[in-house]
Amino acid sequence: MRPRIHGMLAEFGTPTDLVAAVRRTTEAGYRRVDACTPFPIEELEEALRLQPTRLPLLVLLGGILGGAGGYFMQYYAAAIAYPLNIGGRPLHSWPAFIPITFETTVLVAAFTAVFAMLALNGLPMPYHPVFNVPRFAMASRDQFFLVIEATDPQFDEERTRQFLLDLQPHDVWEVPH
Amino acid sequence: MATEVHREVHEQRESARPPLIGPGHNFATVTDKISALALSRPTSRRWWLGFGFSFALVMLLLLAISHLLVRGVGIWGINVPVAWGFAIVNFVWWIGIGHAGTLISAILLLLHQQWRTSINRFAEAMTLFAVACAGLFPLLHMGRPWYGYWLVPYPNTMQLWPQFRSPLVWDVFAVTTYLLVSLMFWYVGLVPDMATLRDRSTHRMGRIVYGVLAMGWRGSARHWQRYEAAYTLLAGLAAPLVVSVHTVVSFDFAVAILPGWHSTVFPPYFVAGAIFSGFAMVLTLVIPIRALYGLHDFITARHLQNMGKILLATGLMVAYGYLMEAFAAVYSGNPYERYVQVNRMIGPYALMYWALIACNIVTPQLLWFRAVRASPVALFGVAMVVNVGMWLERYVIVVVSLHRDYLPSSWGMYSGTIWDWATFLGTIGLFLSLVFLFIRFMPVISIFEMRTLLPEAKVKEELP
Repeated sequence: MRPRIHGMLAEFGTPTDLVAAVRRTTEAGYRRVDACTPFPIEELEEALRLQPTRLPLLVLLGGILGGAGGYFMQYYAAAIAYPLNIGGRPLHSWPAFIPITFETTVLVAAFTAVFAMLALNGLPMPYHPVFNVPRFAMASRDQFFLVIEATDPQFDEERTRQFLLDLQPHDVWEVPH
Repeated sequence: MATEVHREVHEQRESARPPLIGPGHNFATVTDKISALALSRPTSRRWWLGFGFSFALVMLLLLAISHLLVRGVGIWGINVPVAWGFAIVNFVWWIGIGHAGTLISAILLLLHQQWRTSINRFAEAMTLFAVACAGLFPLLHMGRPWYGYWLVPYPNTMQLWPQFRSPLVWDVFAVTTYLLVSLMFWYVGLVPDMATLRDRSTHRMGRIVYGVLAMGWRGSARHWQRYEAAYTLLAGLAAPLVVSVHTVVSFDFAVAILPGWHSTVFPPYFVAGAIFSGFAMVLTLVIPIRALYGLHDFITARHLQNMGKILLATGLMVAYGYLMEAFAAVYSGNPYERYVQVNRMIGPYALMYWALIACNIVTPQLLWFRAVRASPVALFGVAMVVNVGMWLERYVIVVVSLHRDYLPSSWGMYSGTIWDWATFLGTIGLFLSLVFLFIRFMPVISIFEMRTLLPEAKVKEELP
């Protein structure tokens, strides 16, 4: 059954307060927790118990694919599809293929880095419930937000609200869908 | 343990230096001050004046291109033996300028040079605009730009493939890759700031446009984690790319067997020259913008000093390149190589050669003096001289090496026609127009990275 609301949102004034609050939230057993901040905060990864991202592996694969693909394209064009006999010089002239192989390696790896990052983050995301709280606009300025989603098994409107209030935030809101 | 000590030493050293942000700023003031540049209205009269002037030059560019398409490349000064005139000079000049952006964003990021933060966004934008201007020239120089897509490898009914052994095809790949990677790097860096502008904008149009560009960014810790990983990886990929682009551009010359071009010193000395000219252009643009928009708190004297030092260091590398080029020509024992070098120094284009030495080697020596590095006006002057000097360098490399072939029967003189100059000035107008639009509508300084530089961005906690 879909919960009545998306979750509860709490606002904090400093990164230190937010990290301490996130730590207590995960220690209290909440799992569907998120933190929204105006800049990256390294400590949150550990406080939220995030897994290391798979992105570097994907970028490596992208690079390998780009390099192999770029080299094969040149080999195919120069030796198979369009061979030119210039004074009997070898068709598979690999040293001349290296610059473009390098470029395609970097290009495909970079594309993978950007598009995999966006895809794993679910961006572009035209709608997200947290924006229903007007005060959330401050998440891109100077305030730090903690979200506990209603789908968390431990979530209970009354108890979770009280739990968040005990963390001494500036304010707590219900986040409608 | 060792890293802890290292970090402490590093932090002590950092605190001994002048701060990177003026005093009295917090998350809110940094955000509001930078976003106000893009969101404030009405647009200032000076902006309209500057943009209007640049846009008039874009009209000149359109006129020059239209005339070129109707009449062909004969309207330019190029002919045999000098078939590579202004087009290639300008192409290399613009591409060189486009190097500072990625150098500042990628290499200085990987080296933890935090002072890069307030200039990287701007330098990246400058890179994109410069590469866009550069890309026009080889296209126009082809004579029939509408066949430009023949350079792209794709299975086609003509059953043709590009010649992958040619440096000119390498160039297509190098420049295209550089443009695309720089664009992605710039855009990825912009996404969190687009979210800031979306949330700050009071105008409906602004909220929609910035909202679309922000792609729904909400600053979630999970997103930041992948974002940081992607950004660092992009920096790692872009760093060797910067070096490769101008190396490949130099192959256009060095792989040819022409005296004056066929030299192994070309790749490193082109890369140094590119960084040199790129930093000169960053200073040329940043100093007036800092003064006009009152950004002294974010682009401090320390930033300008550091850029001055990089300009001096790369200038010395370029000087070493010139020296080695002359030495190699003399030492080679090849009469044609020697002749090219002597012809540069005392031939019909000697004035340009010595002007380039004065601009690129003599003038930057002023940067040894702290007083020069500390004075924005003096730095601006040096940077302008270097901009001119680097253009002259490419002119000497392209034109002077070509104008006297092995046999005196194929000697000639070259000079740009009015259409050469119109095209060149037109691209300067295009570049400046894009810069003006960027200043007006985008955050010129990375807001979220500036926030991380504030002392309160550090999480203070006792580790268990």
